[in-house]
Amino acid sequence: MRLNGRDIALETAIPLLQVLEKFQYDPAKIAVERNGDIIPKSMYSQTEIQPDDCLEIVSFVGGG
Amino acid sequence: MRLQVNGHPVDYTGAPFLWSLRSAMAPASEVTIVNGYHTNENQRLREGDQVVLIQKGQTPLREELEAMLLARLTPGVYERVRSAKVGIAGLGGLGSNIAMMLARTGIGLLVLADFDTVEPSNLNRQCYGVSHLGMQKTDACANQIREINPLVQVQTYPHRITARNAVSCFGACDIVCEAFDNPCAKAELINAILEMEKGPILVSGSGMAGMDSANRIHTRRALRRLYVCGDETSEAREGVGLMAPRVTVCAGHQANMALRLLMGETEP
Repeated sequence: MRLNGRDIALETAIPLLQVLEKFQYDPAKIAVERNGDIIPKSMYSQTEIQPDDCLEIVSFVGGG
Repeated sequence: MRLQVNGHPVDYTGAPFLWSLRSAMAPASEVTIVNGYHTNENQRLREGDQVVLIQKGQTPLREELEAMLLARLTPGVYERVRSAKVGIAGLGGLGSNIAMMLARTGIGLLVLADFDTVEPSNLNRQCYGVSHLGMQKTDACANQIREINPLVQVQTYPHRITARNAVSCFGACDIVCEAFDNPCAKAELINAILEMEKGPILVSGSGMAGMDSANRIHTRRALRRLYVCGDETSEAREGVGLMAPRVTVCAGHQANMALRLLMGETEP
């Protein structure tokens, strides 16, 4: 899969939550787009990432 | 030749030079602005020039005030932004400063949302003064806007914005500037707006604490309908405060990106 412009080796589909854990993203502080479409927060636990998916994950920090 | 002078269309038949026009129409003006540029030269006038002549110390007529307030905008900007609706989520360091900049730029409608009141620790970076302490931020910000550009319409929501009310608050806006403090609240608002099928474009602020180089603050298009301004790493925490220079640089990035989007530019 492609994550934020980087190619990541992926043999089979894996749960999105596993990707988030592996790359240390806090699900409460992010927005995720797959192949140009936003993944609703309510769907995080049901979403599987395919080997040819292109993911963009934006993470927010506090202050403002 | 046809000119626009202080917002009025004028059929000018005198000598095609700025000082001649001034003598004919407003001899006591000291400030002369042509097509957004303040000039002290007796330049040749051209068909369609937008001229603003201002006499200092004089209160202008209402119908001339509009042209004078916006005389320094790039020509064409006001015509586009006066019908724009921009939401500002949070009226703290980012949001209150974004509100001031967009009000000065002549945005038609600003939708302001913040549940909080002004307290003294806000004053190191937010647009408020001592006279606003204790006021609802929505009221204080609306007052400041009225003071700097009375032409701007304002809607206020003195409530906490969550996934449940984000769409009813901001759904009709062209652009929403996300200016919350808490990263979970940022994510919640951003996701709620991005989950709309056809919703506003978001311009978010993330990472502007401390006094690291301001050159690290950038704007990038992070997702199809989300631009992020900030350095995306400097979070407010113990030992790293939020201070006016860097916060305002980030707010400036957000306000400038909002203006660019309204003018049809999608590049950061």
